[in-house]
Amino acid sequence: MSDERTLQIKAISGHPGPVPGRGMDRGYEVCKLVDVTTCIGCKACEVACVEWNGYGYRETTFDNTYQTMPDTAYNYWNLIKFNEHQRDDGTLMWLMRKDQCMHCHDPGCLSACPADGAIVQYTNGIVDFNQDNCIGCQYCVSGCPYNIPKFNPETKKVFKCTLCSDRVGQGLEPACIKACPTGCLHFGTKTEMKELAEARAAQLREHSGFEHAGVYDPESIGGTHVIYVLHHADQPELYGGLPANPTIAPSFTVWKWLAKPIGLIVAILGILSVFFHYIFVGPKLPQPEAPVKKEEA
Amino acid sequence: MTTSAEPLDRPTAGGTAADRYTVVHEGELLRHPLRTRVTHWAVAIFFILGLLSGFGLYSPWLYKFLTPLFGGGAMTRFLHPWFGLGFVIAFAFEFFNWRAPMTWKASDSRWMRRMKEYARNTEKLESPDVGFFNAGQKMYFWVIFWSAAAFLVTGILMWFPEIFGRVLVAISYVLHDIAALAMLGSFIVHIYEGTAQQPGTFHSMTRGTVSEKWAWTHHPAWYKEAAGKDPREAYDAEEAWQEINRRAL
Repeated sequence: MSDERTLQIKAISGHPGPVPGRGMDRGYEVCKLVDVTTCIGCKACEVACVEWNGYGYRETTFDNTYQTMPDTAYNYWNLIKFNEHQRDDGTLMWLMRKDQCMHCHDPGCLSACPADGAIVQYTNGIVDFNQDNCIGCQYCVSGCPYNIPKFNPETKKVFKCTLCSDRVGQGLEPACIKACPTGCLHFGTKTEMKELAEARAAQLREHSGFEHAGVYDPESIGGTHVIYVLHHADQPELYGGLPANPTIAPSFTVWKWLAKPIGLIVAILGILSVFFHYIFVGPKLPQPEAPVKKEEA
Repeated sequence: MTTSAEPLDRPTAGGTAADRYTVVHEGELLRHPLRTRVTHWAVAIFFILGLLSGFGLYSPWLYKFLTPLFGGGAMTRFLHPWFGLGFVIAFAFEFFNWRAPMTWKASDSRWMRRMKEYARNTEKLESPDVGFFNAGQKMYFWVIFWSAAAFLVTGILMWFPEIFGRVLVAISYVLHDIAALAMLGSFIVHIYEGTAQQPGTFHSMTRGTVSEKWAWTHHPAWYKEAAGKDPREAYDAEEAWQEINRRAL
């Protein structure tokens, strides 16, 4: 993972031609592991994210919790979501989940995007936005099952977590990982992180009494490159609306694989048919037109 | 003339609008007064701008060809909804202009049954009950009306996704495209019928007039109203006159 080839492109939004790294598998997909059970809500990752990505500090919103603001923003890509959860026995749990782009294996944003090259997926699994090509249509916003892409109304461009592709490409771990003081954040290959997560989930089940502890890596979108260890893996919604079965709306599939090709076929066939109608049938002339010429017998 | 286009050609002080901008020569009939033509071309211009910019955003295969016409992808995205709004507003004027002559009648249902003969051009003269617009034109008008309504609703949803939410917007993409396809398919036929397929028709939308021959051929019932003569008799007279001329040569 420590060379720039990890950023070989695998998929490009709105791109009609071949993609350089299509079907390529170098065997090292990257993955961020968030163990929510050891998160203390210190927000060091939030600060590290803003610092590395060069944003100034923005105003926060107080809503009677420790949460910095209700949602991530175009200039705030990483947010700890604080949720109070009352368990069946009446005791209270404080669930903290680091919310950011999940870097889906099947990215809804990329499918929805009509602009060539505005969203790319690298072979290492990172889904990255390229604002130079972004046209500000916000289709990605409705394509994302996690409500991650955020629109900057001033620049008319959409922004989100890059999984620090600029750091990962240079063999560094993402800024949030570097800043985490409790070791609840890990970064490595997908295989390694999956193993680590499963081991931790087993530990929670066997030694800490969280019988539903497990790993969040949803199959419905082919898995994600950010995975969680949850105490209540059976109820991911408890963690600030993490969907149990995130899906990309079927209308996107219809739109992309059916409506678009059919549209072009209709256009081409329509033009061809009226053209050949003229060649075969010809015009309707105002009557009476000159009589048809008779052959001399 | 007693068509519903008449109110748009209301006489003003010093003559009618038609007097100033629409010259009706001998042997011609006024078909589209100035205001109808201006409305039509406003609709057409916004439609074509919307079509080209929309097609760029619609298909990855056309993106690189069409978006530069509007100053790149981002500018295309910015302009497209405004073209759409222009189209809807212009079409609203056209709707109120043509709502009456576009009303579906029993004769239109009869026309639909003759559509195959019409397309094959086997009947040289239209049936005497075809009025100012034939059923094909009326169908096109109502396709545009319903697609424009779908465009407006889904377009507004897509314009402000942060207000309307993910699900509504995702459905809107598909409906917006279906409306576009319905419009595009019939638009191609409309252009063809209005130009190459029926010589003389395009002139009615540029300078406002058609020849009497054109009128009794394509819209006999309207000819009767506008010229006050029976279309069949006029046709027969013209044919006889041409025959005399041929013999004289």
